[in-house]
Amino acid sequence: MLISIVDCQMGNIGSIKNIIEHIGHQANIISTPAEILTAEKLVFPGVGHWDNGASKLEELNLKSALIEAVNEKQTPMLGICLGMQLLFSESQEGMKTGLALIPGNIKKFDFTKISTNKAQKKLRIPHMGWNRVKPIQQDSILQNLECDARFYFVHSFHADNVPEENQLLSCHYGYDFVCTVRKQNIWGVQFHPEKSHKYGMQLFKNFIENS
Amino acid sequence: MLRTRVMPALLIDGSGLVKTIKFDKPAYIGDASNSCRIFNQMEVDELILFDIGASSQVKKIQFDLIQQVVSECFMPICYGGGVKTLEDFQKLFYMGVEKVSVSSLIFENPDIIKKAINIYGAQSIIATLDIKKSPFKKKYRAVILNSKKVIKKSLDETLSLITDIGFGELIINNVNRDGTWEGFDCDLMTFFTSKIQIPVVALGGAGKLEDIKKVVNLGGASAIALGSMSVFQKKGMGVLISFPKIKELESLLGE
Repeated sequence: MLISIVDCQMGNIGSIKNIIEHIGHQANIISTPAEILTAEKLVFPGVGHWDNGASKLEELNLKSALIEAVNEKQTPMLGICLGMQLLFSESQEGMKTGLALIPGNIKKFDFTKISTNKAQKKLRIPHMGWNRVKPIQQDSILQNLECDARFYFVHSFHADNVPEENQLLSCHYGYDFVCTVRKQNIWGVQFHPEKSHKYGMQLFKNFIENS
Repeated sequence: MLRTRVMPALLIDGSGLVKTIKFDKPAYIGDASNSCRIFNQMEVDELILFDIGASSQVKKIQFDLIQQVVSECFMPICYGGGVKTLEDFQKLFYMGVEKVSVSSLIFENPDIIKKAINIYGAQSIIATLDIKKSPFKKKYRAVILNSKKVIKKSLDETLSLITDIGFGELIINNVNRDGTWEGFDCDLMTFFTSKIQIPVVALGGAGKLEDIKKVVNLGGASAIALGSMSVFQKKGMGVLISFPKIKELESLLGE
């Protein structure tokens, strides 16, 4: 199966193509509305600032194409990092509107209500590094993931107010936050599966073969 | 819980991997891309690559070699060496490098770095400070071009420059400890970790597992980079690509 990676000029597309090819599938990089509307499966990556990502979607005329592909053509889509955040409508990071495909919003890590004693490590932002994840409900994309699955995270903002039925995985950094979401044919992961060794490979395999 | 990242910091010279002592006497370790492939199989947390030929501005960035490494390694890769223009940043990120490190550019052209941060986000742009004690006054100073040139700024001034540019992460490398196996410079680390909010990575001097624990607990390091320990058996012994096991590190750091 051919997996299409949406290139919004937001960072490292290459590593996603590499890992998909490594697990024996084909991937191409696409950047036009026409390609989005004919894709079999979409991976929507992104890094950087919310407003930059949201503006790119508009400038490149990709926003309406993505919405049409997932809503009307029911194309499975996986948002990664900022790509996951842009599945929501708004973020504390910027003023622009996202794709508004999943209910909830994006907020900055807020540790003001957390009491830390001196023995604990300081909670720095961004949340950067390998962290374990906890399943909230079973899903096709989570099959065969080992119970010690860990993923690589780099982010300062996270999803909030996500309805329970749309939550798949949570992660703990200062407090629990939702790091994987799903609504019908749309998935989103806050971490970088393309940088998460065998755990990331399993997740891509699941998305490609089970979604 | 967020695990403390422990990662190899590898030096590239041409197509080979080398290891220095106090930034001098590069010893040949092996083929760069083969060695990276081994670290990928070991599932290390992250990989830091510094091209010492490119950072001394003698050679250009080896995009083909980096591309090769990135296509075979499925963990975050940080690259540093010879990065000067927005086009360099763009090419590296596009091929799948997660983080780009700059060093001399901090002092030469901070505006380019600020532009890159605006485009790619602070989390992807890393400052690496190579720091040396001056032989007579015993003052810490940042050095660039493989320690050939000393920056005439106090550490406080350098620190405010780092803060002003808005980096997402800082690697502190003590040149005097490089390749010595003597342990990290915890005082130097504390200087930075107590004054800056971003994650700070300790590099230079690791010789045993205890050193890692020490710099995390006493120096406030968010992450650890290992040079000699990842490519030699022991001090003065032969080449061996190796790395502490995750379980070992977890029990060491109580994670």
